Amino acid sequence: MSIDAGEDLGGMADDLAEAYEEISGEPFDDWSVRAMVLTMVPLLAALSILQMISGSVLDAYEDVLLTNPSLLVIVPVQIGTAGNLGSIMCSRLATQLHLGTFELRADNPDIRANSGAILGLGATVFTLVGIAAWAIGHVLGGTLSFAAVLTISLVSGMALSVFVVVFSLLSVYTSYRLGYNPDDTTIPVVTNVCDIMGVLILFAVVTVVI
Amino acid sequence: MIGRDSARDVYRDALPVIIVSLVAGLFAGTVLGSETMRSGIERIPGILILLPAFLATRGGVYGSLRARLGSALHQGLIEPRFDVDDRRLRNAVVASFINGMVVSVFIAAVAFFVLVLRGGSGSLLQLVGIMAVAGFLSAILMLSVLISVLFIGYRHGLDPDNLVGPIVTTLGDVFGVVFLLVAIYLVGLIL
Repeated sequence: MSIDAGEDLGGMADDLAEAYEEISGEPFDDWSVRAMVLTMVPLLAALSILQMISGSVLDAYEDVLLTNPSLLVIVPVQIGTAGNLGSIMCSRLATQLHLGTFELRADNPDIRANSGAILGLGATVFTLVGIAAWAIGHVLGGTLSFAAVLTISLVSGMALSVFVVVFSLLSVYTSYRLGYNPDDTTIPVVTNVCDIMGVLILFAVVTVVI
Repeated sequence: MIGRDSARDVYRDALPVIIVSLVAGLFAGTVLGSETMRSGIERIPGILILLPAFLATRGGVYGSLRARLGSALHQGLIEPRFDVDDRRLRNAVVASFINGMVVSVFIAAVAFFVLVLRGGSGSLLQLVGIMAVAGFLSAILMLSVLISVLFIGYRHGLDPDNLVGPIVTTLGDVFGVVFLLVAIYLVGLIL
């Protein structure tokens, strides 16, 4: 299982290369520096602009983050885990799609197994994160209580895991219905949307708890 | 037909990788929560705005390079040794370096724009300087580690997808934040 399947923008870059070929009417040399820059930079630029959503949220909570280092400790884990869970869920669903066992039904045993595993992984990771973030934040001079940090980590983590499950299912199903190969475009898109949702959910919970 | 995996099988398969990424994330978070980083965040408006984009795009640049070189190795398009005369390998490395630098500077500019939109004020030059230094350090580390691990792993019969992906992602997470801290310090000395 590849953890960073979601970080491979290659499929989308290939689509872009085809579009360039169509516009210019000339064949594209895949291994030229020009081709690799022209196909990747627009995708990376679009991705950066999308990530400004999470950046603005972090900036809006600057004071809360600076006085509570535990929350700063949680941020990278929340972002990374969201993307990883989305990537795992999507690649497994995509494989089932290729094998012909994917069917969007609540009683589909594959979907149940994948969803259950994602929720279990979320519960494991975000319990550990809560404990570790409290301890590290405490050493760094934070004053949030253990209960508060664990609640923030677990509640936002489980809400995020549920989002990952539902959003991955819908995305893979939609790309299947539209006739796209989910490996190319869907996985990077889902991974990045999950990253951003991770930050949004985290601070929604922070607002309620603190 | 292939036997169906239970939730427990899927959980057990994914747990080691998730735990490694958790440890890397906690390390990155500890650097982010450190006294030095917090004073940098307080002093330089815009650092928090560019942070998620900086972390996400590094994965995009080097994750794609890994996938490209991984399939090229499988297809025999490149040899698993570093040869400057190999046009494909050289171009892929040069293009990733350019992509990494261009996107880093772009992120600084967009973050500055967002900062101004949010009614804040800051220094565009400072943000561009920090992103250029952090992007450069990341590029040097990621390119050398990625190629070494990919080629050495391949020569020992390890699948680039299973081994190299997690190693590169984890190192990227750990060093991204460290390099950001170093960049804030270095740019602070000059600007």
